[in-house]
Amino acid sequence: MSEQAFVNLAYLVASGLFIFGLKGLSHPRTAVRGNLLGAAGMLLAVVVTVLSRQIVDYTLILVGLVVGAAAGAVLAWRIQMTAMPQMVALLNGFGGAASALVAGAALVEATRPASAGALLERAARAVGLELGGGLELQFTVATAASGLIGAVTFWGSLVAFAKLQELVSGKPLLFAGHVALNALLLAVCLVLAVLVVRHPEQTSYYWLLVGMASVLGVLLVTPIGGADMPVVISLLNSYSGLAAAATGFVLSNNMLIIAGSLVGASGIILTQIMCKAMNRSLPNVLFGGVGAEVAGAGADDIYEGRIKATTPEEVAMLLENARRVVFVPGYGMAVAQAQHAVRALATLLERNGTEVLFAIHPVAGRMPGHMNVLLAEADVPYEQLKDMDEINPIFPQTDVAIVIGANDVVNPLARTDPQSPIAGMPILDVDKAHTVVVIKRSLSPGFAGIPNPLFAADNTLMLFADGKEAVQQITASLKEAVAA
Amino acid sequence: MDAFVAALTIFALAIFVGFEVITKVPPTLHTPLMSGSNAISGITIVGAILSAGTRHTALTTVLGLLAVIFATINVVGGFLVTHRMLEMFRKKR
Repeated sequence: MSEQAFVNLAYLVASGLFIFGLKGLSHPRTAVRGNLLGAAGMLLAVVVTVLSRQIVDYTLILVGLVVGAAAGAVLAWRIQMTAMPQMVALLNGFGGAASALVAGAALVEATRPASAGALLERAARAVGLELGGGLELQFTVATAASGLIGAVTFWGSLVAFAKLQELVSGKPLLFAGHVALNALLLAVCLVLAVLVVRHPEQTSYYWLLVGMASVLGVLLVTPIGGADMPVVISLLNSYSGLAAAATGFVLSNNMLIIAGSLVGASGIILTQIMCKAMNRSLPNVLFGGVGAEVAGAGADDIYEGRIKATTPEEVAMLLENARRVVFVPGYGMAVAQAQHAVRALATLLERNGTEVLFAIHPVAGRMPGHMNVLLAEADVPYEQLKDMDEINPIFPQTDVAIVIGANDVVNPLARTDPQSPIAGMPILDVDKAHTVVVIKRSLSPGFAGIPNPLFAADNTLMLFADGKEAVQQITASLKEAVAA
Repeated sequence: MDAFVAALTIFALAIFVGFEVITKVPPTLHTPLMSGSNAISGITIVGAILSAGTRHTALTTVLGLLAVIFATINVVGGFLVTHRMLEMFRKKR
């Protein structure tokens, strides 16, 4: 068996491990093992590659691996769970950048003047060059695709990171002619891609393509506001996979194609779920710039004289006799770092014989599953986390629903007002609970910029306070009441 | 062309497998799914290692080195942070 066949067999095993690894993520019990299987597959792939005879110099590989591993490990251990969306955005970007760089290196390698004889032949075979003929179409097309997608992913992810980290404003930045400019940039990129395919020996076309795609990546993400980030991160996740798959076509490496398309599929599925949860199409999210203009009118009419403010003590009394309490967390809970306080209150309630559940809207937070991770960090058992379809039928039999840091995803206007920007968006039906407590600093609107009639509903009490402090005060009052 | 069709076949089949496997992941694990699958997309590291280690030209070596760094952050950071999150889900009975 040739060395290459052996390497390819090892790659096949690695691909299998990736698939089994992702399969393990279908349940929290098997998920840790699944992730380890994926990591084992990656280790196998790296070891086999490093040992291959094509490698003549290990110094730089070692330097790269050590630097990268150290940076990655520090990031992974230091990062706060609330900052997970930024982290994933950054990692998406790095994956995309690596793919574009590898494709660029392969192009440079394949097109350099024939001077090194045998070495070149080996390199040529590795990258799919037809000896004696021109470059294969697959190689050039895939290189262009990898450069385009990789650069868009890298720069788009950096902008998403900057927005999530609040280095720049999270508000949508949309200027006149923005969409037209993006369309133009995309057209320029496609023309450059054709040039790469037709004149691969002119590697400057490739770098020009990467440059244009970088601008496009930035401009694609700047118009997208904070609450639409779950969609963007999912999409960039998908792109990072597709870039890896394209690099697989460049190198004629099946493992890269398999791993890349698995990730591409995963990102696309999550993107669809997020769009559906907002009742918006992907183009609408990408080009709509929702939240850019705020519809301030109407707020006074809705709220005037109908708002009932409450106190932590009053809420504690309500909770003392409740049989079922549902917490409805949103991004505000992450901002207030209130998840541990919420968990403490939930534990106290359970000890008092109250059933406690958590209602999680698919787009609550800044990335898919963001709330679940925060609550898991605070030791909330995952059985208590209910998604929208599960919890909505339960709200009518809920004594108290506590909304903390969520707004648009509990706005009944989505059901009742066809003119509303969130019309038709599936929401959590908290207004059907017997009593609703909304913990919020003020009556300010959520991301959609519209007032929320829930705050003025007959069965709603507003607790105006910082999320964490309010929950801690409720817990203290409840403790006294239960002890008495 | 034959090689391309073979690669395309693998691409298409892998997408189908991806859809089948990923749709079974519950919403509660969507964040670890993203970081974990993201680590897998760092598989480009294989191509990066070949570029950095074959010493064909100075340019390809530098590009390869940069790619190795980016991809390794992606891989190591991705798997580790996923592990951290999943441990949080597991410690509950």
